[in-house]
Amino acid sequence: MKIAIASGKGGTGKTTLATNLAVLCSSGSRDKPTVLSDLDVEEPNSGLFLKGETLHQQKIMKEIPGWIRDKCTFCNRCKEVCNFNAIAVLPDSVLVFPELCHSCYACVGLCPEDALVMKDHPIGELSHYKVNQLDFIEGKLNIGEQQAVPLISKTIDYTKENFPDNSIFLYDSPPGTSCPMIESVKEADYVILVAEPTPFGLHDLNLSVKTMHKVGKAFGVVINRHGLGNDDIEQFCRKERVRILGRIPNMPEIAEKYSRGELIIEIPEIRREMLNILTKTEEITGRWICRENHKTS
Amino acid sequence: MKEIVVISGKGGTGKTSITAAFAQLAGKESVIADCDVDAADMHLLLKPDFAEEEAFYSGQIAHIDQDKCTRCYKCKKVCRFDAIHVTDGTFTVDEIDCEGCGYCEKICPTQAITMYDALSGKTCISATRLNNTLVHAELAIAAEHSGKLVTRVKTLARQKTREEKKNLLLIDGTPGIGCPVTASLTGADYAVIVTEPTISGINDMKRVFDLIKTFKIRAGFIINKYDLNPEKSRDIELFIKENKMDYLGQFNYNENFTKSMTQGETVVEYDAALKTELAKMWNKLKSLIN
Repeated sequence: MKIAIASGKGGTGKTTLATNLAVLCSSGSRDKPTVLSDLDVEEPNSGLFLKGETLHQQKIMKEIPGWIRDKCTFCNRCKEVCNFNAIAVLPDSVLVFPELCHSCYACVGLCPEDALVMKDHPIGELSHYKVNQLDFIEGKLNIGEQQAVPLISKTIDYTKENFPDNSIFLYDSPPGTSCPMIESVKEADYVILVAEPTPFGLHDLNLSVKTMHKVGKAFGVVINRHGLGNDDIEQFCRKERVRILGRIPNMPEIAEKYSRGELIIEIPEIRREMLNILTKTEEITGRWICRENHKTS
Repeated sequence: MKEIVVISGKGGTGKTSITAAFAQLAGKESVIADCDVDAADMHLLLKPDFAEEEAFYSGQIAHIDQDKCTRCYKCKKVCRFDAIHVTDGTFTVDEIDCEGCGYCEKICPTQAITMYDALSGKTCISATRLNNTLVHAELAIAAEHSGKLVTRVKTLARQKTREEKKNLLLIDGTPGIGCPVTASLTGADYAVIVTEPTISGINDMKRVFDLIKTFKIRAGFIINKYDLNPEKSRDIELFIKENKMDYLGQFNYNENFTKSMTQGETVVEYDAALKTELAKMWNKLKSLIN
C-alpha cells in the first residue's frame, strides 16, 4: 500500500501529517514494515521530527555523458540530438552541462564514433534511518542541482527495492503540481491532499484536485489549521464530491510543538483525529494500514 | 532598474502576503511579477484584469503515427522514461511520462514519430486594482518546465518595467531550491527571505541562503511569527548577523494576515498597525537597494 501526502501550496502541513501518520502506522503494525520516504528533496524536513539511528547513507547519482577526446570527430551530432541544450561543441572540446542533462542517452546512443559514454554525476544524498519500528528514507538534493525528479525517482527505487510489496509506504511529496509532485504521486495507490482553509489554500487545492484527476489517482483531503480563514474549502469539497478525511484544528499548541520539531500526536485529541484519518483511508481503499485501529476488533 | 525577489525556502511562511503588501506600498513605482507559477496566488489579492494572455509552449512530446509504425520496438527500447506503452500491439506515448528528449524520433526507422511542442501554461500581463502592472502565469495541470515559465514571466516583466520606465521590479519567488527558484533568482539585485522560527523554517532558509550565496546576491530577512518560538527567532537573528546580511524586520503571529486574505485585501489595507510595520520594512528595503 502506497500513500502519497501532497499539497499544491507549500507550508500547509504535509510533513506534519506524513511524520505523525507514519509513527502511528509503525507503532501499530509489527507484522509488516512501515516506511516513510521524504521525497520533498529540495527541502526535506521529515527528518527534523524523527530522530533515529542511521542504517545506511549513499550518494545518489544521475547519469550524464562523458566525452572521449580521442574518438571525437567534432561532427556536432551530439549537440544536434540534445533537446535540452546540455551539450556545447567547441573547436577543441565538447562541454556537457550536468544540470541541464536529462540522462536520455540520445547523444551517447546516436554518436557515430562512440565518443560519449554515460558516467555518474552526484546530485544528492539518500539516508535510511530506523526510528523505533519506522523505517525512514530521506532524499536530499545538493545545493545548486536543479532537477529534483531524478533524485525522487531514485529514492523511490531504493524504497521499493529494500522493502516487501506488502509494506505500508508513505511518501512525503514536494509541493506544487509540476514534475516533482507528479513523480512522487505517480505510483501511489492513494493520495492525501493537505489544504488550509484560506483563499490561497483553496486556490491551490483546486489545482491539486485537477492534477489528481489528470493523473487518475484516488484521493482525499485533510484540512489543516481548521478554524482559520473561512468555510469555502468545505463547500468546494462538497461541490466537487471530494472526500474530507479529517480536520486538524488551528491550535497554538500545535504550532509551538511543530516549531520545536515535536510530533503532534502527543496531543490526545490530535492522535484521535490522525487515527480517524487512517480509518477513513482504510475504508476507502479497503486495506489495513494501521494495526492500532484494529486492536479491539 | 532594480529587481527584488522574495523567497522563503519553506512554503507557507507568508511570502506572498508580504510581497502583495509591498506591491501595494510600491504602488505605481513598481512592476510586479508572480513567479510562484506552481501555486500562483498573488492574483487573488491584486485582482488583475488578465488583459494580455499568451500561451506558453515549452518542451516537446512525442507522437506516434500508427500508419507508419512497423512495431519494431526500437523506440520502446531507447526510451529511458518508460513513456512508450504497448497495448495489443499498438504503440502509444504517455504524455505525462514523456520527457521530450526526442531519442525515439531520431531512432525510428520509418519516421513514424514526430515531436510536437507541449502547451505548458499561459502568461498574463495585467493591470491590477492597485493600478500597477502584474505579470503572472498559470502552469498547465501536471506540466513540466515550471523553471522555463518562471524565466518567461521574468522576461515579460523586465520588458514591461522598461516600457513603463519604472525603476523597480518586485518578484514573488518560488519555494524550494530547484529550477524554479534558480530561475527566480537569476539576474536579481536583492533577495528578501521570509522565514519563520520553526525547525523546518530555519532548515529551509539556510538551504536557500546557500543557494543565494552562489548567485552573490545580497539578502535581507523578515522573520514572520516571531513570537511562535522567540528562542528560535533569536537563533535566526544571530544567523543573519554572522552572515552579515540585512535584517528588515519581524512580525508576531497575526491572524490578520489570513483575515485580510479572506477579504481579498492586502494586509496593508486591512490592518493599520501592520501597515506601519510593513512601510518601515519597505523603506528600509528601498534604501538598501539604491
